[in-house]
Amino acid sequence: MSEVKEIKRTFIDGVRENLKSFGLPRLIITAFLLLMFIIAPFTGANFWVQITNVINRFSWNAVLVLAMVPMVHSGCGLNFGLPVGIIAGLLGATLSIEWGFIGPMSFVMAIVIATPFALLFGLAYGWLLNKIKGGEMMIATYVGFSVVSFFCMMWLVLPYKKPDMAWGFEGTGLRTTFPIDKYYGGVLSNFLRIQIGRLVIPTGALLFFALLALMIWAFLHTKTGTAMTAVGSNATFARAAGINVDRIRMLSVVMSTWLAAVGILVYEQGFGFVQLYNAPFNMALPAVSAILIGGATANKASITNVIIGTILFQGMVTMTPTVMNGLINLDISEVLRVVVSNGMILYALTRKTEATR
Amino acid sequence: MNNKNKTASGKLLNLLGNNAVPIMFIIIIAFCIPISGFSSLFLLNEIMTRLSRNTFLILSLLIPIMAGMGLNFGMTLGAMAAEIALIFTSDWQIWGIPGIVLAMIMSIPISAVLGLVCGKILNAAKGREMITSYIISFFMNGVYQLVVLYMMGSIIPIVHNNIKLPRGYGVRASVDLTRIRKALDNVLSVNIGGVNIPVLTLLIIAAMCLVIVWFRRTKLGQDMRAVGQDMEVARAAGIDVEGTRIISIVISTVLAGIGMVIYLQNMGDMATYSSHSQIGMFCIAALLVGGASVDKASIGNVFLGVILFHTMFILAPSAGAKITGNEVVGEYFRVFVSYGVITVALVMYETKKRRAKAGMGAQLAAAQQEGDKR
Repeated sequence: MSEVKEIKRTFIDGVRENLKSFGLPRLIITAFLLLMFIIAPFTGANFWVQITNVINRFSWNAVLVLAMVPMVHSGCGLNFGLPVGIIAGLLGATLSIEWGFIGPMSFVMAIVIATPFALLFGLAYGWLLNKIKGGEMMIATYVGFSVVSFFCMMWLVLPYKKPDMAWGFEGTGLRTTFPIDKYYGGVLSNFLRIQIGRLVIPTGALLFFALLALMIWAFLHTKTGTAMTAVGSNATFARAAGINVDRIRMLSVVMSTWLAAVGILVYEQGFGFVQLYNAPFNMALPAVSAILIGGATANKASITNVIIGTILFQGMVTMTPTVMNGLINLDISEVLRVVVSNGMILYALTRKTEATR
Repeated sequence: MNNKNKTASGKLLNLLGNNAVPIMFIIIIAFCIPISGFSSLFLLNEIMTRLSRNTFLILSLLIPIMAGMGLNFGMTLGAMAAEIALIFTSDWQIWGIPGIVLAMIMSIPISAVLGLVCGKILNAAKGREMITSYIISFFMNGVYQLVVLYMMGSIIPIVHNNIKLPRGYGVRASVDLTRIRKALDNVLSVNIGGVNIPVLTLLIIAAMCLVIVWFRRTKLGQDMRAVGQDMEVARAAGIDVEGTRIISIVISTVLAGIGMVIYLQNMGDMATYSSHSQIGMFCIAALLVGGASVDKASIGNVFLGVILFHTMFILAPSAGAKITGNEVVGEYFRVFVSYGVITVALVMYETKKRRAKAGMGAQLAAAQQEGDKR
């Protein structure tokens, strides 16, 4: 009798333990998203169209979220400095177009051109972050902002000439937004695209993400990757074990920056436009909250967190407007997005276990 | 001898290093004034306007710095409270000085509640207050939108149609405050040699400065400083650390609310959804330009900061236009400078903190060695 009770108790404890590790906010968001999917058909929205939207948005954003992983692993915290990498990507994009590459080649060249910038920016950014260990997140935020606002000037001043990008009447300075259909718009999404009824799967973009994710996963299992995890979980211990902490951190920042550069290019090929000037300002927070929603903490993140987080976050973003509009003719999705994404970051920042790092 | 020389030059370097940002700004401004081609009268008038408009807001940042909580990016919450109060007073059509005073009074409870929430959250995130307060300001911006864009007019009664959106609920993107425009500034305003001086606003600011000076000497003020120096020591001394920290944030938020009313009465127009969004950044940048750091700020820093930062702000677009032929470059430049200044200040603070830590470690090691010798 008492044995049964015992087992029952341990079972309940187990469930509770699981719930705890899953986290209340994540549970709420998952439940919310499921609810949205259930309600959606009643509001007149086509289920498969909705699924397509979510998959599409996932394929645009996943790489940007993946860019969080290396820095979180090495203990540099959440990469609020994502815009630094994004700027490198934008430089790659604009220069590739300026130098006359078109079609899929322009995408490849954009990555190739963005790479040296990403390395350079990453090295400088990593060097700075090594100087200010412990205060990374705040400084990363403002380094990102500074770089973005500096490049706001550069987009105007740099001698871009291509009429597809520059302001028509002046011929100088880049436009805030320009389409890239002629260049690499949809190069990944349309590659091996599968269409079943109204469900469309952008296979190429998903494969590209899978490739990068696999690379990161494999890297984290190499010797250097293990060292990175060690630095992230206990820097003092790692140093005692003979790991060059600063070098590893630097490497992680460079990797994150490069992934962000590639991430923005993937985003653009899906979105179909290049956005310059103030656009990168608002790109760090969604990526940060996506990975947190996926179950990452300020010093622990896995590929699974990236995938789950991006699906949940993008699902929320795409589902809420349609459902809310259909249901009560009131679009509070923007407000909901702001509250949920920042609420998630706050939740992560205020948890005791992480504060004592 | 050599050693002495070193310390002297070290001191000079320290002095330069500590005031690097203001010095840099003075150079930028000295460079921009002749290029911009503004008359000194115009500049003086503009600076006086900005001084009366912004100083009170920036003063609200001082107290959390004293309590060791860094730059309070959560001051935005106070600004939102003030905006909500102003929406109500405009809807009730209470204008002029009574409108301003009522808005200030109404903003206080809203600010206090928001500040309380903010303080509680910050207590759960000790050591990362700044990033947390920064995210709180974003989070609360969402809540603010929910209230102002969806609840006002539907749940919260709003009478007048020039405030409501045409759809029947929610507040328009801009609230007209022409009828309280400069109501405060124009009382007792004096014109000296073509420069308009809003005496009453300046008197309010002066009074606030005195209050802050007095506050530093009170028991609570002393407690805050103790908490700012070392939380553990303060706790051992019997100070309610958490409570003190919350109070400092509440005071800061309330002051920011009052400051925002002063700011908006000077502007005479309120962008409902964006007036508050940049205010924290500009105030913090101004304070830092005045030579403050994350852990140390004085009233002097506030005034110097307002003058230097806003002079740059006035000059940048036209100087940019003259240099690059494009006014927008100047506008981007001043945003870049604002962010850049905050970045530099944060980096300097963190490196100083690390150096102090390392220095303490070295001292401890030296002391231990000495002990061993004996």
